[in-house]
Amino acid sequence: MSAPGSSMAVQEPGGARLVLALALAGLLSGLIIIAIFEATLPTITANKAAELRAAVFKVLPGVSRLQPLRYEGGRLIAAPGRATDDQTIYGGYDREQHFIGYAIPAAGPGFQDTIQLLYGYLPGERTIVGMQILDSRETPGLGDKIYKDAAFVANFDRLAVDPTVVAMKKGHKSAPNEIDAITGATISSKAVVRIINEARERWEGRLPPPGSEPALTEVEGSEGKE
Amino acid sequence: MASKDPHLLLQSAPMLRQGLTTPQAMRDVLYALTPIVLAALWFFGLGALLLLLVSVAGAVLTEWVFTPPERRREALADNSAALTGLLLALTLPPALPLWMAFLGAVVAVGLGKVIWGGLGGNLFNPALVGRAFLLGTFPIAMTTWVSPVGPDGFFDLSSSLFALPFHAPAYDAVSSATPLGLMKFQQQGTDISRLLIGNTSGSLGETSGLLLVLGGLYLWLRRDLDWRIPAGIFAAAGLFSLILFLVDGSRFPNPFFTLFSGGLLLGAIYMATDPVTSPVTPRGAWIFGLGIGLLAVLIRMFGGFPEGMMYAILLMNAATPLIDRYTQPRVFGRKERSR
Amino acid sequence: MKDQNAYEEFIKGVWRDNPVFVQVLGMCPMLAVTNSAINAIVMGAATLFVLVGSSFLVASFKNLIPKQVRISLYVIIIATFVTVADYTLLALLPKVHKELGAFIPLIVANCMILGRQEAFASRHSIRFAVLDALGMSSGFMLALLALGSVREILGSGSLFNVPLFGADFEPWVIMILPPGGFLTLGLLLLFFNWVTARRAAFLEQVAAAEREGL
Repeated sequence: MSAPGSSMAVQEPGGARLVLALALAGLLSGLIIIAIFEATLPTITANKAAELRAAVFKVLPGVSRLQPLRYEGGRLIAAPGRATDDQTIYGGYDREQHFIGYAIPAAGPGFQDTIQLLYGYLPGERTIVGMQILDSRETPGLGDKIYKDAAFVANFDRLAVDPTVVAMKKGHKSAPNEIDAITGATISSKAVVRIINEARERWEGRLPPPGSEPALTEVEGSEGKE
Repeated sequence: MASKDPHLLLQSAPMLRQGLTTPQAMRDVLYALTPIVLAALWFFGLGALLLLLVSVAGAVLTEWVFTPPERRREALADNSAALTGLLLALTLPPALPLWMAFLGAVVAVGLGKVIWGGLGGNLFNPALVGRAFLLGTFPIAMTTWVSPVGPDGFFDLSSSLFALPFHAPAYDAVSSATPLGLMKFQQQGTDISRLLIGNTSGSLGETSGLLLVLGGLYLWLRRDLDWRIPAGIFAAAGLFSLILFLVDGSRFPNPFFTLFSGGLLLGAIYMATDPVTSPVTPRGAWIFGLGIGLLAVLIRMFGGFPEGMMYAILLMNAATPLIDRYTQPRVFGRKERSR
Repeated sequence: MKDQNAYEEFIKGVWRDNPVFVQVLGMCPMLAVTNSAINAIVMGAATLFVLVGSSFLVASFKNLIPKQVRISLYVIIIATFVTVADYTLLALLPKVHKELGAFIPLIVANCMILGRQEAFASRHSIRFAVLDALGMSSGFMLALLALGSVREILGSGSLFNVPLFGADFEPWVIMILPPGGFLTLGLLLLFFNWVTARRAAFLEQVAAAEREGL
């Protein structure tokens, strides 16, 4: 730093060699990384698709085919094979390709970190039929009951969404739009409810009227194999 | 206490932290705790006695095991380990399994005191270290409260007390929320008279407001505690919750409820005043007390937990060396700010 | 004599110069991913792969690597191996990869690995460099496993996902949370130092006895 001239003098003889060495290493490294990326990409994509399919089938009982739907230009269109983002939900169809319901991914702050979940929604009946936590870091033994406690998860089978979903103290569930919160993990329970209510509000106006959902575009024939 | 000549501010020693307290002070605290222990037995029955004994035994045993043989007699003679075990037990829920209480006492003395070099070297209040560990480790058992059984149910022992080590407790009594829990989750107040007498659910030694204040008065008369610390806590907690109460009386409890519910009295009188982990200068004691009161109310009203006293004290314990450093009296003859 | 040296280069990383318990390096993965034994093993294996691969390459090309850019080159080499490990894990063990999360890419920043290149691999033969890397990463993996086992046994009541206690085991929740990592690491360090001190005292006694005997 203090004497750039002198350090230049020391380095100058090897300058080209230094650049060459770094460039060569960078090139080799890049090649190796591209190779491993290409080699593992099919498996990674397949894993992710399988994971998503399993989750969708769990929250939408009776579904045998699914396709991504994307909200674009003011309406919901079928978007098979496209990259998914936060404008994407999934449509579930039965074997005869009749529309059954939506699987809607949603995320929001939990007690510790963001909770990501997926819920199945029947627009005709305005009812939630299943909820699956995709990713969360809630407190082990307390907050993690939002996916470990079968009784809590069962709350989301046939849950009315009107006017909003409400978390009640355990044992006080009385209306179809109420769930029993987990004792000792009120914050995590309420977080799940809030995430679902926010997602519902967000998608409320975007979903087409029941009966006119996008049809299944026959592209991925293997999609339905369970 | 305004001194007329600013150059002649007289202040008694010690100016610096002193590592040792006398066994006499420890004994006074034990005397002051006697009525509270009796109240715990009255309200929570024989189970409370078992918890107290197990916790004290765990603390004393840990001190004995981790002290070199030649110093054991001296280390146990000051009763500080027994006091730590007793204070820890007083902050535990009445139906906590005995093995958890034992573990908490081992951690309290082992990680709270011995590992820092023994009495006088610890940064945090040992009993609260043990309680914080238990709350983090067994969050469900540590927040399952039962109603006081009263003298009629003295011999009714909850089966949860006798859960085998490493096993989950089975509760046979119906759990009941503490006044703070009722306030936090159901916006339900509790009669001030019940808080004063103590027949509410809660930790063993925190329910009876009246006896806690009496014990505090005894310690104050015996000059065993720095009155500025509890005074600071009461002032900050009372004032802060009064402001909140005036802003929104339906959401926040009144200041009397704040002062007499939960562990605020127990913590303010018996734990915050621990001479080892609180500042030594009078100005420091005020800062320390005010900080605890403010933090405790902040955690209670806006945090995830119904009670914030434990974390408030532990946080201010951590700030104690800094407070001591910045409230050192000026050395006579030196300029302001030269240390 | 040569085999004796080789053994010594390997074993020093496992015990005497253990990267965790003695050098106190690589604390970030040590605390972050050791809430179960299986996570600890996978993290240890990934680190072993990166360290052994990097040490081998650095020792092989040590005469070709210009001194002025050596650190940059080491980092390029290490980062390449880390990326390979990252994608391989993502493809083969997606569940474990999800739990280890950001800590696989962060192996690049594990100072133990760069430290071994600069301090050892760049100035020793390939054979010794690989042995040293094997020893160091075994020591690292052992430490991770010790921590992971303690935390899984107490925090989940199982080891390698095999339940050890009955159904009504009460988990020590704190053990799978970050404070449990700090507590366990502190206690293990304490234990390690205690053993070392006892051993030194014992050797001292033996030496004294021998002197008196002479």
